[in-house]
Amino acid sequence: MTAATETTNKKRLSGIIDFLSKWGTIITIFVLLAFFSIAMPSFRTPSNMVTIMRSISIVTVIATGITVSLTVDGFDLSVGSVATFTVALVMSFFVWYGWGTLPAIIVSLLIALIVAVVNSFLIVKLHIFDLLATLATMFIFEGVAMTYTGGGSISQGMPRLDGTPTTGAIPAGFRLVGQSPYIIIIMLVIVMLVHVFLSYTKHGRYLYIVGGNREAARLSGIPVNRYRTLAYFLSALLAGMGGIMLAARIGSAQINAGAGYLMPAVAAAFIGFSVAGVKKPNAIGTLVGAVLVGLLENGLIMMSVPYYSLNIIKGLVLAIALAITYYRKHD
Amino acid sequence: MEAKHRLEMKRISIEFPGVKALDNVNFNVKSGEIHALVGANGAGKSTLMKILGGAYGHYVGDIFFDGTKVDIRNPHDAKELGIDVVYQEVDIALIPYLSVAENIMLDKMANEMKGKHFIRWGNIHRSAREILKQVGIDLDTHTLVQDLSLAEKQMVLIARALATNTNFLVLDEPTAPLSQTETEELFRLMRDLAENQDVGVVFISHRLPEIFEVCETITILRDGQVVADATIDDMTQQKLVELMLGRRFEETYPKIRVPIGDVIFEVKNLIEEAGRVRNVSFSVRSGEIVGMTGLVGAGKTELCKTLFGAYPIKSGEVLLHGKSLTMRSPHAAVSQGVALVPEERRKEGILVDEPVFINLTLPSLDKFTRGPDFVNTRAERTIARQVIDELGIVTPSADQKVAYLSGGNQQKVAVGKWLIADAEIYIFDEPTKGVDVGAKRDIFELIGKLAKQGKGIIYASSEIPEILDISDRIYVMYDYAIVKEFETAEATEEEILFYSAGGQ
Repeated sequence: MTAATETTNKKRLSGIIDFLSKWGTIITIFVLLAFFSIAMPSFRTPSNMVTIMRSISIVTVIATGITVSLTVDGFDLSVGSVATFTVALVMSFFVWYGWGTLPAIIVSLLIALIVAVVNSFLIVKLHIFDLLATLATMFIFEGVAMTYTGGGSISQGMPRLDGTPTTGAIPAGFRLVGQSPYIIIIMLVIVMLVHVFLSYTKHGRYLYIVGGNREAARLSGIPVNRYRTLAYFLSALLAGMGGIMLAARIGSAQINAGAGYLMPAVAAAFIGFSVAGVKKPNAIGTLVGAVLVGLLENGLIMMSVPYYSLNIIKGLVLAIALAITYYRKHD
Repeated sequence: MEAKHRLEMKRISIEFPGVKALDNVNFNVKSGEIHALVGANGAGKSTLMKILGGAYGHYVGDIFFDGTKVDIRNPHDAKELGIDVVYQEVDIALIPYLSVAENIMLDKMANEMKGKHFIRWGNIHRSAREILKQVGIDLDTHTLVQDLSLAEKQMVLIARALATNTNFLVLDEPTAPLSQTETEELFRLMRDLAENQDVGVVFISHRLPEIFEVCETITILRDGQVVADATIDDMTQQKLVELMLGRRFEETYPKIRVPIGDVIFEVKNLIEEAGRVRNVSFSVRSGEIVGMTGLVGAGKTELCKTLFGAYPIKSGEVLLHGKSLTMRSPHAAVSQGVALVPEERRKEGILVDEPVFINLTLPSLDKFTRGPDFVNTRAERTIARQVIDELGIVTPSADQKVAYLSGGNQQKVAVGKWLIADAEIYIFDEPTKGVDVGAKRDIFELIGKLAKQGKGIIYASSEIPEILDISDRIYVMYDYAIVKEFETAEATEEEILFYSAGGQ
């Protein structure tokens, strides 16, 4: 083989890899759809499609939070705990204090932003690596949520830890937030808002630039620390939104309710990197990633794969997504 | 005398997205000689040497070693043949938190420890010391590499190359960051390697006098092709520049004379927190180009960064139009009308993974927004195209990634972004470093234009001839302080050198 054909072959190979890393996720989604539909007629019913979308709503919103933290070359591991914390707060406002829907949501989200304050202090001021700082806050706020609720759970009619009876009720309007189609609409709106913010505004541009080269960004006059802080505030806010949706969905506060959403959310955000060749963390890609994860989970459950084995598959999907993201970077 | 080894690269071509970087290049080098490889920025010098070092495996063409065809597709292949490349960016190849000895012996430790698991520290340090002695460098092998100067880091890299069997050593612009004495030390080492150890040295440099001082043979590249292959005796500086540029070139840069106004920028007793600026006072008038010179390490970069708010100020005052500036951060500096083109272009000046237009509008994005902070990319591209035309940036489009531009064009992007930002004071830190003569002239013209608009310009460089060409007034720095002020018309290179070297 001559050197010339060797290069063309190499070119062809790298072209195929390029194509797969761009469109592989979407192709996989369609392959899975086809496979599950053929294997199980009940899979392709409209109601099951809605079920899948509903089930990924919370993951997607939490994943957009991680996505925003990834834009500044950070990583927010504490999103699961933020969700848990928000669930505990909003439930306590309803059940313990009998608040209305709107004040309960707003105040919960505001309090959840304390996590962002701590995160950005540890990361920006104390220069702790993002991953490690948020690992610490992940544990701290998991503990805070449990301590605040006195063990982790609050549900309507359940007395408080000291035996005080509770009278508050969870408003029916709030429960609607957790029902389809509302939960799906909320998710889509949030994804669109985050997408517009990241792709079309000055601030989104700056977030990506800060993530791309912090020093060059600083010397271009961008207030780098302010934007890194902003990223952690947004990720906490989005994770808090996820928590609100979760609270509405399950109608009570449970021990570590949000923890299970961390892993699929991380997977969704990383799968989203490569979708359509964006090669950056992005909201639409994250949605696509969440769809892939949700589809897989739903299909496998319907095929009677036991739930305790699902993590093996989800973990593998995350590994593949990471491989696609990082493999090309080494060239 | 017959050379021990011959290395021949024949009909080498290589392409990158949108650019044919090398086109049928022939390049030969023998052991025992110092061979210059010159060319304007983007001519393909570094690319050719990266192929030789195995960094770019996708080239087309043949390489012969002592007449035998060899394949160099990765750094390991190059190493096997005894080819070592010391790249421009020395920090990439070194491990900062390991000692000099460990860095020198890195290849050996990595490749010759098969089956062994314990390190014999005594041996490592002894071998490293021997190599350092062999090349005549005085360094403690226990020092951590992060504590070394740039020149010493380079020496460590060369020593590392020599730790394994080296037939050919490529030095890619090694002298760019070095001081005069450091450069001479390097030349001594290069000569020693060629004469006494029969190593073939390939030397890349933009400084023409150096090439005539140290090299025997020369290959000139232009736009990815070889335009001359000669012995140095058949070459003159004038001829070399003409071949490099493909046109006649005047060596000096005629200064554009502009009326100089009142003082607009004033620095009073500036002291930086870590002592990187020591009680500096100076002023800049409107339309004036102030040269800030001194040897490498005199504190020019530190002063530039402090004036830009990137280093913390301990005491002193910075005034623009008589108003005291608060310099807490570069963000504050930019919003008050100060611009800096930093020295470390790739690390600090540009975003290589972003397209040209995003780089150009970065400091002034506020001008290209509508509604609630929505970016108007059409307006961005329009202004980017204007700047591309004005500065003669060679790029297929405003959407090209800056990574694919040549060094000179990248520098023009780093300068261009501040044109759009429209500052009052422009600070240039070694703007011509690693830039070819053509791009240098463009940058000088641009600085002249800024002066004409009444801006104040601080031009920091250790290239004294450049400073003499372009400036109106010169401050000489030594040991983080200003030691002398000259009117450019009355200054000579010798005098400036005298004060730069600490003379009193």
